Amino acid sequence: MTQPPASPQRLITPPSTQENPVVKWILIAVAGGFAALFLLLPLINVFAQAFAGGWAPYWKAVTDRDTGSAIRLTFLVAAISVPLNVAFGLAASWAIAKFNFRGKAVLLTFIDLPFSVSPVVAGLLFVLLFGANGLFGDWLAAHHLKIIFALPGIVLATIFVTFPYVARELIPIMQDQGSEQEEAALTLGASGWQTFWLVTVPSVKWGLLYGIILCNSRAMGEFGAVEVVSGHIAGQTDTLPLRVDKLYNEFDPVAPFAVATLLAFLALATLCVKLFLEWKSRDEA
Amino acid sequence: MLLPIAALVLRSFHLSWAELWALATNQRACAAYKLSLTASLAAALINAIFGSLLAWVLIRYRFPGRRLLDGLVDFPFALPTAVAGLTLANLFAAHGWLGQFLVPIGIRGAFTPLGVVIALTFVGLPFAVRTLQPVLENLDRGVEEAAACLGASRLRTFASVIAPTLFPTILTGFGLSFARALGEYGSIKFISGNLPSTEIAPVLMVARLDQYDYTGAIAVALVLMVFSFALLFTLNWVQGWAAKFQQP
Repeated sequence: MTQPPASPQRLITPPSTQENPVVKWILIAVAGGFAALFLLLPLINVFAQAFAGGWAPYWKAVTDRDTGSAIRLTFLVAAISVPLNVAFGLAASWAIAKFNFRGKAVLLTFIDLPFSVSPVVAGLLFVLLFGANGLFGDWLAAHHLKIIFALPGIVLATIFVTFPYVARELIPIMQDQGSEQEEAALTLGASGWQTFWLVTVPSVKWGLLYGIILCNSRAMGEFGAVEVVSGHIAGQTDTLPLRVDKLYNEFDPVAPFAVATLLAFLALATLCVKLFLEWKSRDEA
Repeated sequence: MLLPIAALVLRSFHLSWAELWALATNQRACAAYKLSLTASLAAALINAIFGSLLAWVLIRYRFPGRRLLDGLVDFPFALPTAVAGLTLANLFAAHGWLGQFLVPIGIRGAFTPLGVVIALTFVGLPFAVRTLQPVLENLDRGVEEAAACLGASRLRTFASVIAPTLFPTILTGFGLSFARALGEYGSIKFISGNLPSTEIAPVLMVARLDQYDYTGAIAVALVLMVFSFALLFTLNWVQGWAAKFQQP
């Protein structure tokens, strides 16, 4: 075997566009250490505390009746609010990216609004509208409708805070793609709906899926806005994050962490799907 | 969307301004704003420093575990804030994994203002990293080579060429994580321990609401909204300024 010739670059001293390897590895170590201490350790801690007493207390906390109803409520709220926000996000991003109309800037500002308003303020807005002393309070009471401290309020608050996720994800993708493909489809005789479902939606499918999982993760994990409107009725209006809070306030050492592992699994699943989608969309590009 | 805000303003018009002003500026409320602002500022500053470092390491270097680190950055974004507050409070409590070493040397990270900063740093970190990453990726390496060819040391290149180009973006990331911190409630509820010394503005708002003090809650909510809109406008301006730096 002959030695490969030294590459010519190795013989010339390169200009210093790279850091000294020592500096490089110190930076990596500091960044990695920070992430391990600040991001990884809290995650491990959730599971360590949840299983501190072994399987039995964990299983007891997770299969508790009130926890069960919290799980069902969390899924129900997500199942209502996510599809609504997907429909809205698709419509809004389609309108914003493919058409020019008056009030476009206003619509964009409204889409971003929930990002800049504190979730507890959002919750308060709904209490002021639909609560007993609220703007529509008398009307709702007269018709025996209950929104605040009931499921509709939780759904409304969740829709409000998860409002921007799908639209924000889709707008840049749709803007990048322009509208030539749609124009081609329309020229070839496709109807507006056909164009939308067969051309626009498939071309943004990975971005759409990404928006949906972000929206879902926030919908299931929202705490502030939901807490303000829920009224904390155990077994009825407690979502999973509120259940964690209630168990924590009861000074139970294991149960809040056990319920928290369910939400941590949700976060991990969200991250896995996100990595998969990134890999998939890079693959196609 | 417009309706809820209109209702809030309408409600506040039914009240006398003097009453609203008194509730918005009483001693307890002012202490809460002060802690909200200083803790959010501290958290955003930590995120600007470590977030920039993380973005730099993730974009410029190749090392084992890089993909894992990149995925971890999104973790605070995916984890419900209640869980974040729960586990951070436990980690820094006297018997916790970190607290057992830190509390004896006087660093109390749970149920103190420091704990508030820790939780706000956690929730804001992805904003600082994810804002800088794409800009860093598209940064023109030719400029660095030019500086190096002209005889600049790596440190000099970094300080006079790279850092000034990235500064507006870092400022944007700082602003975003500051905005996120100002409105944060879930994680703080756990790590603050409901003490007067750790009460931030959103916690005060909910505390007043729990006592059916609607006027008091509205007063705090209005101040919070003024903060966040002022920040939003500043951020828009900074982003416009930053965009000018990205043009070739």
